[in-house]
Amino acid sequence: MNPDFLPSARPISRLIEELNKLPGIGPKSAQRLAYHLLQTPPERTRDLAEAIIAIKQNLRLCSTCLNITDTDPCGICADGTRDTTRICVVEEPIDILPLERTKKFRGLYHVLHGVISPGDGIKPEDLHIRELLDRLNSNSIIEVILATNPNAEGEATSMYIQRLVSPLGIRVTRLARGLPFGGDLEYADDVTLSRAMEGRQEMS
Amino acid sequence: MAARVYRTTGIIIKRNKFGEADRLLTIFTADHGKLRAIAKGAMRPGSKLGGNVELLTHSQLMLARGRNLDIVTQAQALDIFLPMRDSLELMSCGFYLSELVDSFIEENVEDREMFELLLDTLRRLTETGDGERMVRFFELRLLGHLGYTPQLQKCANCDRNLQPETNYYNPAQGGVLCRECGYSDMSAGTISVNAQKVLRLWQRSDIATAGRVKLSTELAREIKGILRDNVRYLLEKQLKSIDWLDRLAGDSSLNGDKAVTQNSNGSQE
Repeated sequence: MNPDFLPSARPISRLIEELNKLPGIGPKSAQRLAYHLLQTPPERTRDLAEAIIAIKQNLRLCSTCLNITDTDPCGICADGTRDTTRICVVEEPIDILPLERTKKFRGLYHVLHGVISPGDGIKPEDLHIRELLDRLNSNSIIEVILATNPNAEGEATSMYIQRLVSPLGIRVTRLARGLPFGGDLEYADDVTLSRAMEGRQEMS
Repeated sequence: MAARVYRTTGIIIKRNKFGEADRLLTIFTADHGKLRAIAKGAMRPGSKLGGNVELLTHSQLMLARGRNLDIVTQAQALDIFLPMRDSLELMSCGFYLSELVDSFIEENVEDREMFELLLDTLRRLTETGDGERMVRFFELRLLGHLGYTPQLQKCANCDRNLQPETNYYNPAQGGVLCRECGYSDMSAGTISVNAQKVLRLWQRSDIATAGRVKLSTELAREIKGILRDNVRYLLEKQLKSIDWLDRLAGDSSLNGDKAVTQNSNGSQE
């Protein structure tokens, strides 16, 4: 066991060590959380423990879009009011949330669970690209919207998928890259500015 | 005591997530060699660092010395190599070059010559759209720069002048072997007359001249195999982005059997 956690009683030091593994939680925060939990009523801590166990037991990937879900198909895939002819491809399940918040897209999603990253040895087979192609072959999809992150790996992944999808006669689009709202031209990087200039739109 | 804040230019060769929205950058700088630094908040949209510290961007940087890692306080991209970003092939060459540099170059040792070579290679690659030849040229020059210049004039074993004929090549011996020496060396592969000529020319030419050398598919493949073997011999491992480059080029046959031995090596570790 890590010597940093030794002064406390064994169950506490174990909890501190586990909490410390969470993102954004350093050793000090872990200690504070552990002692806070020690003082909360037993039913509250049991709720927390059960909630943590439940995400592992009840959640799985949607067999269609590979989003994280407790029902299969997931809520979005099962929703009859959605446009089933358009698929938006994202890197991670968490990317669906901001897109849904915009209420601008009523189609379906497809989660890749990563990006092609040659330097880290992540190859197309490590992502769910095959499942995407299967969906395209069996359904009447007219558009695939690539919404991978606008960085080196995200762009490479999009270019790769575009190569596979375009020959199927399906329209492939990419999210526009431009200036962030509330941003400042002075601080915009050159790639963003070049793309923003290329993608400028008539004001009407 | 060194100044708390310093400025330099550098090429971002690797970046990892660091905490919530920060990035841990590996930067090949002009003045301080390869170093690692934190770019705070670089993953948030609207961050003024963001695109200025993206992979394979040549940027003007302002860094503050930290306790462990330095912190990027300002960044302004000088060259973003935009055409490279629009091509899957060129971007993949870029991924490979950055992995190559990151694997071979030591941290915190100034290496202006290597920095210039990487910058020139990225510029050429972007201007000409010719990834393959630029990458090969870079590999050969990198070997030379590290003190592993392949011996191409005389036999690396018996020191006799090489005849203009198909000879042998063994990275472990440091270059080309004559027919007699190479024939009995089980780990040496053959090298054609043309491949020897091209490598000799590249060893002394500048990058522009190197880019004008016409290579047949066959010859390009041979040179690729030789230089890659050499790189792998020195690193004692296969670079991860090679699989991807081969798949893109559609010639996985070239590395088919070698990839298997590589895997078996990997599992023994």
